[in-house]
Order: sequence, then structure tokens, then C-alpha cells
Amino acid sequence: MTVRLYVWQRLTAALMVPLVLIHIAVIFYATRRGMTAADILARTRGSMVWASYYGVFVAAAAIHAAIGVRNVLTEWAPVTERRAGSFAMAFAVLLVVLGARAIAALVLP
Amino acid sequence: MSDTLAELSVSLWRGAQQGRYENYVVPQRESQTVLDVVTFVQRHLDPTLAYRFACRVGVCGSCAMTVNGKPRWTCRTHVAKVAGGGRLQIGPLENLPVIKDLTTDMEPFFAKWQQAKGVFEPSKTRHDAIAQIRPDSRARVAVDAAIECINCGVCYAGCDTVRWNSEYLGPAALTRAWTLLNDERDAGNVARLQAISASGGCHACHSHQSCQELCPQALNPTAAIAGLKRRTTAAYLKGEIKA
Repeated sequence: MTVRLYVWQRLTAALMVPLVLIHIAVIFYATRRGMTAADILARTRGSMVWASYYGVFVAAAAIHAAIGVRNVLTEWAPVTERRAGSFAMAFAVLLVVLGARAIAALVLP
Repeated sequence: MSDTLAELSVSLWRGAQQGRYENYVVPQRESQTVLDVVTFVQRHLDPTLAYRFACRVGVCGSCAMTVNGKPRWTCRTHVAKVAGGGRLQIGPLENLPVIKDLTTDMEPFFAKWQQAKGVFEPSKTRHDAIAQIRPDSRARVAVDAAIECINCGVCYAGCDTVRWNSEYLGPAALTRAWTLLNDERDAGNVARLQAISASGGCHACHSHQSCQELCPQALNPTAAIAGLKRRTTAAYLKGEIKA
């Protein structure tokens, strides 16, 4: 891992600390109040706040996880660093696409 | 020498990269070191056994071997402390190519020392005044904590990251880089920070701390590497080094 990847991984980790805590708090709030899917969607649809919150979350998670996967592959799989990097990039794109789909379902009217 | 107490069952690696463990019976003595055991085998049982040693008193760092699964300096390792049930298995250091029997090729270990820019780069000439370094300055205290490395290779042989990533510079070379980084007289720090920020540099360390646990000199390479991570990150964010 180079210093550039190290910095990106640490920065995204630091960013995700509050995001994860808020995410868990929201889950507790929604389940304890017995909110239905319709109740939740009524609050999130059209909301720029939730779109931004989960948009940042997805981007950070995609970068963070992809760097981690790249490291695992470099150390444990019989692949070159370049190949591990390509696979990690593809994994990051997959996470972004899946995340974007989930956000769209949450906030688009 | 002291009287013989009992017998030790000793298993020694014979061969090169490919080989096998062979068994020997060695008389156990008081205050016997693992190096004494290996020497006994070579002097009395099989003169073809290859191993490396020089000072026999924990200064030169030549005699490290794998003893019952752990890398150790054999001249300062007492048999009584490591031979559970009177059994010893002694092999060459791991993570290094085996030349013959208990002798490894240390070339990759020292090549990484060079790669980590572990060479002092003077900032002054002989005509300049001698640098005044306060012993209690922060930088000198950091150097003191890391300087007593004897290059034995124990940390390198015990490092998981070296095992998994052949490019990784390893704890000893990085600790050396850390001491030079904190040497106020050294002028090579930009190149050094650049070298240890590349792939296989300090950021590959997982902080498992095996180096700290195994170092016969009780150094803490993990702390030195953590220091390198902080310094390289700061240098990168300031644009002093490139990724």
C-alpha cells in the first residue's frame, strides 16, 4: 500500500465513524417507533439531506472497502499488484452502482 | 564445564530450501545456550553442519535461528527456557532463502535496508563544526529508543507481513529509516520518506507487533513504523513527497 492509498483509507474510515453511528441510530429509531416502509419513504423521498448523507456514505464505503480488498488480494492471492488494483476498482464501481440504486429507491419520488 | 544433567533431543534442519529435520542427542548442561547445542553437534556429531555465529555474546547479530518455532538469537537463548520436555527443534530463519542447514542468505534483508535509504546522508563537511545534539531533545530520544538494532533478522523472520508480501521492507530496515529520520545531521529525509511511502513501505505494516515481542534488544519496531506512517502522511499532505 502506498501513502496515497493509506491516506484515502484512513480519511474514509474517519468519515464513516459518525456516518455509521447515525445510520445505526436511525435504524433503532425507525424500528422502536414501529415505522413501516411507507412511513420511512414518506420522510426520505425528495430529501436532499438523506440523499447527501447516504451519497457520501456510499462513496466513502466504496473507496474504503476497495482499498482493503486490494490489500487482501495483494497479500493473499497469487495476483500482481496491478491486477489486484483492477479488481479493486471494479469492486468499487460495483459498490457505487449498488449504493446509488439504493439511494435512488430511498429518495426519488 | 558443568556436569551433564540429562540428554536433549535435538532436531536440526539439514539441507537447503528443500531438506528435512534430523535428530541428534546432545548432553544437557547447566547454563547451556541453544548455540552451545548447535556447536556441540558440529564439533562432536556431524562436522558438515553449517551454521553462522561470531561473537557469542549478543552483539554481532549473526546467530539467529528458528528455535521451537520462534526466531531467536541463539547465543543468548538458554536451553532451559525454551526446551520444553528436553526437546529442541532448530531451523534456519524464516522469510529468507536457506543456503545450507541453519544458514540463511541475509542479502534480501540488507538489500531492503538500502532500499529504505538506511544510509546516513551527511549534511555537513569535515570543515564544519560538530553538530550539537541535546540528549533530551525529542528527536534524539526517539533515536535512542530505536538505535540498538544488531541486524540479527529476528524481527524480519517473525513478521507476518514479510511472509505475505515479499516487497515489504520489514521492521529492521524501517526502524533504521526512523532513526535516520530523527537524526538532525541527516540530509536525506525527502528521498527516505519517498522510499518508505512506496508499495512495500511502512504502510504495508499491519501492526501485529511480532517484531516488538521477538526483538532480542527489546526494541519496538512497530512504534517506529507508526512514527513513519505519521511522518510520511504529513509529508504527503504537505506535498513534500509524491505518491
